[in-house]
Formats: sequence, C-alpha cells, structure tokens
Amino acid sequence: MNVLEIKNVKKSFNDSQLHVLKDISLTVAQGEVVAIIGPSGSGKSTLLRCATLLTQMDSGDLLYSGDYAARNNDQGVSVYADKQQLKKIRSRFGLVFQNFNLFPHFSVLKNLTDAPIHVLGRSKEEAEKKAMSLLEKMGLADKADAYPCQLSGGQQQRVAIARALAMEPEILFFDEPTSALDPELTGEILKVIRQLAEEHMTMVIVTHEMSFARDVADRVIFMDGGVIVEQGDPKEVISNPKEERTRQFLSRFAQN
Amino acid sequence: MTLSTMILKMCEGLGSTCAIFFLTLLFSLPLGMLFALLRMSKNKVVSSVMRFIISVLRGTPLMLQLLAVTYGPHYLINDLGVARNKLIPVVIAFAINYAAYFAEIYRGGIDSMPVGQYEAAGVLGYTKIQTFMRIILPQVVKRIMPSITNEVVTLVKDTSIAFCVSYEELFTIGKQIANSQTSFTPFLIAGIFYFVFNGLVDVVMGRIEKRMDYYQ
Repeated sequence: MNVLEIKNVKKSFNDSQLHVLKDISLTVAQGEVVAIIGPSGSGKSTLLRCATLLTQMDSGDLLYSGDYAARNNDQGVSVYADKQQLKKIRSRFGLVFQNFNLFPHFSVLKNLTDAPIHVLGRSKEEAEKKAMSLLEKMGLADKADAYPCQLSGGQQQRVAIARALAMEPEILFFDEPTSALDPELTGEILKVIRQLAEEHMTMVIVTHEMSFARDVADRVIFMDGGVIVEQGDPKEVISNPKEERTRQFLSRFAQN
Repeated sequence: MTLSTMILKMCEGLGSTCAIFFLTLLFSLPLGMLFALLRMSKNKVVSSVMRFIISVLRGTPLMLQLLAVTYGPHYLINDLGVARNKLIPVVIAFAINYAAYFAEIYRGGIDSMPVGQYEAAGVLGYTKIQTFMRIILPQVVKRIMPSITNEVVTLVKDTSIAFCVSYEELFTIGKQIANSQTSFTPFLIAGIFYFVFNGLVDVVMGRIEKRMDYYQ
C-alpha cells in the first residue's frame, strides 16, 4: 500500500498568474525515504504544503493509504473531503518546519503531549510516557521541563521532530529542516533523520544537503519550474544526472 | 470642616469608584474580545460595521457617551425617567467604551502572531477553536499586557468622569465638598487617592507580567 499518493496536482498563485506546480504526481511507499531537491522557487515547498493540507490544490488528487483527502471533480477542480475525514487524514502525517514553530509558551514536554492529549484523546500518563521516550531518543530527556527559548536551534528542531513523532504519523514530511541552523548544528538533525530512516520511517524530505540526500534517501526527486525534471536512485541522480537542468543545479553545489 | 472629616467623607465615594473600576474591567475585557473577533471577521459587512462602531466609541468623548447612556433613554422614550441607580448606566457606558480600546489591542496582538503557530497547530490536528484557545490566545495575552496595563491606569483616572452624571463616586463627593467649603483641598485629596490606587495597579499588573516571564 502506498502511504501517500499525489496525482496531477496543479497550483497557481496570484489569480492563476504564477503556476507553481504544473501537473505533479508523487507516490511514496511504506518505509520509503524520498528526498526532494531543486532551486528555490521550484515548487518543492508548495508541494509539501499541498500534501500537508496547508495549501489547497487547484487541481489533482491527494490520498493517504488509499483514503481521499481531495479528488478532482468533473471540471478537474480539487474537492476536499469533509471535516471528519480530513481530521482522520491529518493524524496520518507529521510535518517538521524549517523554523521549528514550537509553541513557546509550552514546556518541551507539553509541546510533545498537548496535541496527543487534546487531539488524539490520549491520557496524560500515556502521552507523557511516550513523550519521555521520544525525548530520550533525541538525547533531550534532561530538557523536558525547559522552554523552547532556552534551547539551541538544533535542540529546538529535535523537539519539533519529537513533537511530530508523538502523534505517531505514518509519514513524516521535512521542509528544509536544517536551513535555519548553523552549519555545526546541521549534523545533529541529519543524524536524527538518518536514525529514523534506519527504523524504516516513511519520510519525504525537502533539502539542500546533497550528500545527505544521496546517503539517506531511497529516491531523489529533482524539481524545477513546477515540474519533476528527474527522479530515481540517489546515486544516479546526484552523481550522474541525465538532464541538463539537473547537472546545472548540482554543479553549483559541487563548487562549494 | 477638618481635614480628617473631608478624607472620611471622600472614602465613602471610594467604594463607588472601585465598583466602576472592577465592573468595567469585568465586562469590557471579554466584550473587547468579542468586538475584536467581529472586527476581524471574514464577512466584510460584519467587519465594516464593527470598525465603524469602534471608531465612534474611540472618536467621541467618554463623557458624551456617558451622558447619552444615562439620559438618552429618557429623551428617546417619553417620561421613562433616569435610572435611580446610576451605577448601571455608568458601567454600561464605561464597559462599551473600554471594550473598543481593548478590541484594538487584542486585534494588534492577534495580528502579530506568526503564521507558523497556526500552521503548526493545524498540522497537529487542533481545531480552529483549540488553536485559538490553547496556542494563540495565551501568547497574545503576554504580548499585549503592557498595553492593557496602560488602559487600566487610564481607567482608574477616568472613573472620575462619572461626576458628570452625579454618580456619587470619589471625585463627585470631592467636588461637592470643594463647592460647599470653597476649598481646593478635596481635589488634592482626590489626586492622592487616584495616585495611590494606580500605585496598586502598577504592583498588581507588574506581578502578572512577571508571572508570564517564563518564556520569551
């Protein structure tokens, strides 16, 4: 069963002036790790936002484990499912933001337990037990009572990953998870994602870390101008791209 | 009249002053939130009407609004008379007027919240009401506390405007004594009362702000 299926998504902004996604399809299988690379403005983030229901697609189908979140009507316009269905679907995915978006007024522990308690209806004990085991895994067990502002960027992002995992999602999305971090803090986040990959967590990662994408992903997708230009085995796409546009993009990274 | 009798007489008005103060806060703080939410409504008609109401409430003197609420019904409906207990019209006028100011403070606070907080809550599955009550509002309260303190300090002094409808609060009684005794002393005493009252307000609001200092 495919965890995520996106079919022929189209999205434009400014009254159809700016076509950000032009007919993109993406299928992610259980346990698969997909890295999406490409220049800024290529539509990577918009694709992720469409998948996580933060942005409405103009056209296209969106399915999680075979259940429709949105599907095209006869006119080719996306129609979203009802509230109840969307609520069910939201519980299947998690999203880690570029700038963490932790809740600053909650302690680290409460950041991890509030949604499980108030959205999923878990008991406090159950939620806290799960939260503590996740914090331990992230190496942050001693920070449970701290507030986000007392943590480094890397620690905050690890809390954000733990917060997403606390909801027990079937698939986890990352929107440039290391872009807001100092280079020396990037490593600790990549280590966590690598560990999740080894545990066969299904993940879609928008990233600019090419070597990381090559090492961790099962498949790399190169996007540019709102379309998927090339995709396939990471070593093939990154080390030996077929398309000229991919080569141009990657050459800029090679120079660094 | 000795100084101590003056002070004692004026103390009787202090209860009424406190009544205006606390009842106004009790009603205007939630009413202001209602105003703010209507003002930010996606429905253009609702938001425009609310914007107009707020601009009238903020753009005309509180004293005029107070006179209108107290005596207006008497002129609108023949021989209705004026409420015997003036506290009711006074609190109505004050609460609505202050709600307009609080509404704009709330709106500024809510607008200043980063969109990422809404998005993070949305992805975690919080409903709109949960997002507002659990994530947005607690952070807004912290952000707007200095502006709220400002309004509360102003309210302490504004209670004296109730003298214009002869409601027997601190300032009204002070003015009566000043007239009968041809003395300025009652006004000085009133000034000291308000100053001390605001000293207490500062201490209390400072404590509340400090309690919310556990995060940035």
